[in-house]
Amino acid sequence: MMEFINFYLIPGLVLGSIYALGAIGITLTFSILRFANFAHGETMLLGVYITYSLVQFSGVHPLIALPFGALLTVIVVLGIDRAFYKPFRNSPTIMVVIASFGMMLMVRSMVQFIWGVQLKGMTQGIQRPMIFFDSLRISPKHITIIGAAIVLMLAVHYLLSRTKIGKAMRAMSDSPELAKLTGIDTEKVVRMTWIVGGALATAAGVFLAIDTHIDTNMGFKMLLPMFAAAILGGIGRPFGAVAGGLVIGIVEEISSYPWIGVEPLLNPGYKAGVAFAIMIGMLLWRPSGLFKGKVF
Amino acid sequence: MDQFYGIFLYIISLLTMGGIYAILALGLNIQWGFTGLFNAGIAGFFAIGAYVSAILTTAPSLRHLGGYELPYVVSFAAAMVVSGIIAWAVGKVCLKLRADYLAIATIGIAEIFRLILKNETWATNGPRGVSMIPKPFETLPEPWNHLCFLGLILAVIVVIYLLLETARNSPWGRVMTAIRENEKSAMAAGKDIEKFRMEAFVAGCMLMALAGAFIAHYLKFIGPNATDPLTSTFLVWVMLVVGGSANNRGAILGAFLMWTIWSASEILTSRLPDELAIRTAYIRIFLIGLALQIFLQRFPKGIFPEVRPKPERRQSVSDGVTDNATSR
Repeated sequence: MMEFINFYLIPGLVLGSIYALGAIGITLTFSILRFANFAHGETMLLGVYITYSLVQFSGVHPLIALPFGALLTVIVVLGIDRAFYKPFRNSPTIMVVIASFGMMLMVRSMVQFIWGVQLKGMTQGIQRPMIFFDSLRISPKHITIIGAAIVLMLAVHYLLSRTKIGKAMRAMSDSPELAKLTGIDTEKVVRMTWIVGGALATAAGVFLAIDTHIDTNMGFKMLLPMFAAAILGGIGRPFGAVAGGLVIGIVEEISSYPWIGVEPLLNPGYKAGVAFAIMIGMLLWRPSGLFKGKVF
Repeated sequence: MDQFYGIFLYIISLLTMGGIYAILALGLNIQWGFTGLFNAGIAGFFAIGAYVSAILTTAPSLRHLGGYELPYVVSFAAAMVVSGIIAWAVGKVCLKLRADYLAIATIGIAEIFRLILKNETWATNGPRGVSMIPKPFETLPEPWNHLCFLGLILAVIVVIYLLLETARNSPWGRVMTAIRENEKSAMAAGKDIEKFRMEAFVAGCMLMALAGAFIAHYLKFIGPNATDPLTSTFLVWVMLVVGGSANNRGAILGAFLMWTIWSASEILTSRLPDELAIRTAYIRIFLIGLALQIFLQRFPKGIFPEVRPKPERRQSVSDGVTDNATSR
């Protein structure tokens, strides 16, 4: 039992919080800008590498470098929006999807060009897990990640429910035409969406890098689980995205637990397929997701 | 003289690979160009075709499933049928929803298929891939085997082109365009949109599998990482957008043009010192992405813009009207 909690459930929770943070950005761009942003995983990749350079340069802890890394990433993302997505604001949204698809490769190839493709580590050394109640083992980095993720999620909740710009974002997500009629500055809302999405993506990426390592495929590997989480929770429902992320992270990890006999239930090589299976199931059964999101 | 012969062989290989990409671009053209379906998993369907045909034709081997040694006609047909069935299943889930969902699902299918290829080593030999795949005409003497293979591919392209042009000018093709341009009015005209979309999606994926079968036999080897799945999917998109989507000649021209640029730039960068050569490879990907963005923004019609078939009757009345409707 403790083995299940220590080696399957807690890693699942950590992975789930990371997916959740990424999925918030996906669900916001999908509902406010109305397109599936394929470059979101690569935003994350860029954020990780920028933060990595800051850590290398200054020697501070990744969590201290994170806000600055997120700031720089957001600046790049706003530039990308201005140059490559804005010209299509009034075109069919599928054009932006193609542009973001192209962006995915452009950002990744740029990262590979600047930083190379070797594996890197965000933090050095091995941490000894902390032991609670004799047998519950949690590594300090996992506590840090889950704690920081909760803080960020509360911040997003405050932004969306209490601030003026947050309310404008929700209004635009419900109906862009009505939002425009009521005098909401839609471009400002769009910028805010990129800021929130870019910052959370950077955070998710840095957490993943602290938990595992850094490589140039990590953005693409995160893309499918993040989309699955957003669809599972319901498009346009940030808290649905959090729930979806947690579900997918936990199911991915516990799917390789030896539920029947001694062999893993699912070959760990197929872990990445779990998110896809959940997503297809959701599209078949209930495309609006668990929390009644939008269906386009 | 040897040098000229080398160049001659290089041009043949350039045309052969360009031709295989032209089949892919024509497949994508049915989906995106005519019907407006976004397929982001071209590499997946391509790989399905390659593996099915490879496994059905190779001699017995302990490392992977095989030993059927079927004739090419059977293996090519099987490759297309398997891909078509998978496409049908994907379409069943996603074609009701907006194009974004299909894009996510196809990218997922391509990824899942790559996982299967890597993990099911008993059937596919895992990451080491399937080798010793027979190649049509390989028993002929030196330049003739390459020339005959190229001839076969070009002949297939001509057949596909003629079929697609007939389809485009037929009522079927006009319904496709109607769905792409205005789904609701096509529905109001009594067209079963899901059925038409499914036909286009399945047909396109079958062509992609055909191209996959060709590449397996051409390279005589296929592995899960034979080509980076994203780069090849992406390259086909760039070919179609640059050549001109919804125009079959544009798709073919785009494929040959972009493949020539892609391949020639590789020769240039490989002459650089090692460290620099690896890095400039990423610059090439970046630039090809930039080319896509520039074409999307500045020349969305591509080199050969779409030409709509003229309605046979009531031509004089509808000319002015259709002109307005064609501007996308």
